[in-house]
Amino acid sequence: MTELQTQPGPQDVSPGQEPLLRVDRMSRHFKIGNALSRSALHAVDDMSFTIGEREIVAIAGESGSGKSTVARVLAKIYKPTSGEAYFQGKPLSAIRSRREKLRYSGLVPMVFQDPFSSIHPVFRVSHGVMRALKLHRPELTSEQRFTEAVRVFDAVGLNPGAEVLQRYPHELSGGQRQRVGFAQALAMRPKLILADEPVSMLDVSIRIGLLNVMARLRDEEGVSILYITHDLASARYVADRLIVMYAGQIAEAGPIEDVLASPKHPYTQLLLSAVPDPKAELNVGAETDRGEPPRVIDPVPGCRFRFRCPVAIADCHTQDPQLLQLSPGHSAACFVAQSGAEVKAF
Amino acid sequence: MAHALADDQYGLDSPSRLGPVLEIRDLSVEYVLEGGIVGAVDNVSFDVAPGEFLAIVGESGCGKSTLLFGIAQLLNPPAEISGGSVTFKGRNLVQLTEHDLAAVRWKDMSVVMQSAMNALNPVTSVGAQFRDAMRAHGVTSKEEIHRRSVEVLKMVGIDPVHLKSYPHQLSGGMRQRSMIAMAMLFTPELIIMDEPTSALDVVAQRSLMAQIKDLQREYDFAVIFVTHDMSLVRHFSDRLMVMYAGQVSEVGPTQQLFEQPHHPYTVGLMDAFPSIRGPRVQLTGIPGSPPDLARPPAGCRFAPRCPKVMSRCETDPPPDYQVEGTSVRCFLYDAPEVLSD
Repeated sequence: MTELQTQPGPQDVSPGQEPLLRVDRMSRHFKIGNALSRSALHAVDDMSFTIGEREIVAIAGESGSGKSTVARVLAKIYKPTSGEAYFQGKPLSAIRSRREKLRYSGLVPMVFQDPFSSIHPVFRVSHGVMRALKLHRPELTSEQRFTEAVRVFDAVGLNPGAEVLQRYPHELSGGQRQRVGFAQALAMRPKLILADEPVSMLDVSIRIGLLNVMARLRDEEGVSILYITHDLASARYVADRLIVMYAGQIAEAGPIEDVLASPKHPYTQLLLSAVPDPKAELNVGAETDRGEPPRVIDPVPGCRFRFRCPVAIADCHTQDPQLLQLSPGHSAACFVAQSGAEVKAF
Repeated sequence: MAHALADDQYGLDSPSRLGPVLEIRDLSVEYVLEGGIVGAVDNVSFDVAPGEFLAIVGESGCGKSTLLFGIAQLLNPPAEISGGSVTFKGRNLVQLTEHDLAAVRWKDMSVVMQSAMNALNPVTSVGAQFRDAMRAHGVTSKEEIHRRSVEVLKMVGIDPVHLKSYPHQLSGGMRQRSMIAMAMLFTPELIIMDEPTSALDVVAQRSLMAQIKDLQREYDFAVIFVTHDMSLVRHFSDRLMVMYAGQVSEVGPTQQLFEQPHHPYTVGLMDAFPSIRGPRVQLTGIPGSPPDLARPPAGCRFAPRCPKVMSRCETDPPPDYQVEGTSVRCFLYDAPEVLSD
C-alpha cells in the first residue's frame, strides 16, 4: 500500500504539488496516572489527512474521540507525540522563532467553542480586532486598521461594522459574539481557520446564520476551515469533505455527500442512524447500540470499534485496520468494507 | 395509553377522562433585579395528563427552565412566582410549606437536572445517595433500600455493582441514567426533565431517549421534558409546547405541529435545522435575537423578528387562538379566511 492511497480528499496530492495542510501519521498521547505510571491515553493515533485551498473539512466524532486534540496540535498548543503536519509544505516543528510562530498563528487562527469566555469582557470588541491587526499586520496605519476592522466586521455580518466595533461584549448576543471571533480570525488574513465546535453553544435559530458566515468566508475570502463538530447535519450543510473519527483514529473520510449517502464504516452508519431526523421514521430497536466510545489507554492491536460492531470478523480482533481508499477520494478503515462486502451494520 | 391520550387531549379546554395530574394556571415568574423586573415566565397555562409526555422547546432565555423550576418550587431569589397556581394532584404547590413540599418531592414528583455531574454528590457513592433519598421518605430497612436500589439501577440498564461507584467513575450517559434511576425510586407520577441529554453524544442521546420512553410505557408516569432541540422529541413526545420570550407561542400534538406548524416562530424553528438527508438547501434561520424581557415589546413579543408581521402585532399582544387542535398565539389566525390559503 503506497502512502498516497491513504490520503483522503478529492484534490489529492499529485507529486510535486503540496496541499495547504498535510497531516502525516500524526499521533498525540497523554501520560496518565501518577509519576510511576507508564500508561498513556492515545488521544490521536496515526492520523493522516489533507486540507486544500478554499475547502471546509469537517471532523466529526463523539466527545473523547480526539477531534479537539487534532485542532490543538495544529494550533501548536500541543506538540505531536509522533508524526508531523506540514503547512504550505513546511513542517510545523520547524516553526520555532517568535516571528515565525506569530506568522503561523495569523495564517492559521483558531475560533473557540464558547463565545462567552473567549472575548475579553472589559474592553470594547474593537480591542481584539485592532490588537490582532497591529500585531499581525504592522504595515497598516491606524486609519487603515480601522477601515480593515470595519471591513471584517461587515464581512461576518456584524452590520454596521463601525458601530458594532464600539460595543462591549455583554451588549452582544451569543451569535454576534461568535461572529466577533470569526472577524478577529479574518482580520489576520488567514489561510486556514481552526473552528472547534463554533456553533454548539448557540441557539438553533442562530446557528444557521453562523454556518452561512463560514461558507461565505470560503467562497468570498478564499479561506479554508477545519470545522470540528459532533453535529453531522451542520457538517453536511457547510462542509466539502468529512472525516469521521473514532477513538483517536480516522474511521472514514471522503467527500461529505459520498460519506453520508453511502457510509462504509459501521461506526459512521451508527452515528448517522442516531441523528434525530424529524422527517424520517424512528429507528430504535432492541438491538440498537447502547455502547459508548472507549478511552484508549495502552491499546492492543485490533479495530477499536470491534466491541460495538455487529459485523466484526476475526481480523478485527487481531490487527489494526488501515485507512484505505474504496472509491475515488472516499476511504474507510474497516476490514469488512475493504473485503468488498457491503457493510450494513446499523 | 399515551397514544390514546394524544388524540383527545391537547387543548386546555378538553379535560382528560382521568383528570390532569398537573394543572398550571396563569403562572408568572419574575426576576426582581436592580435594573428592573424581568418577567421570565408570563401567564403560562397548561395541563399534563397522567402518563403523558409533554415536550417544551425554545431558545435559551425563553423561560423554559425557569418555568420548570417554578413548577417544582425550586426557584431561588431573585426569582419568584408573582402569580398563578401549580396544582399537582389537587394541591396548589405554590402555597405549600417547604415541609409539605419535601413530602411530595421524589415521592410523587421528581426532577432530573441538566447536568448530572453537578446534580450528583461527587464525594459519596451512587448507592449512598439513593439511600439518603429513601431514608428521607421514611424507608429505613436496609434490605428494602438495597432491593429497591438494585431494582431501579437495573431498570435503566446499569449493572448494580455501580451502587458502589462514585459519580466520576461513570460515563456521562451512565450518570444521567443513574439520575433517572434515582428519580424512579418511588415510581412518581410526574418526572420533570431539564435537558437531560444535552451533554451527551448523539448515540448516547438516542439510547437515553429510548430508555425514558420504555420506562414511561412500563411505569406510566407523566414526563415534562424541556429541550432546545425540537427534532429530538419528534418521536417521543405526545404534545409539544413552543415557548418564546416567556410565553407559550404554540401548543399541540407533536405530530400535528411538525406536519403543520402555525406560529411563524415555530415555522422558523423548523426551518433552522439543516437536514441530514434529502437535498442540501440554503437556510436562513431566524434573523435577530430574542427581546430583552426587562423591556418586552408592547405587542407580540416575536413581532420584531417575524416575517409575517402586521401593524397590529406591534401594538396589541395577541391572545391564544384555537386552530385545528393546536393553540396559537398569533393574529394571523384571528380572521378565519386567512386559514384557507
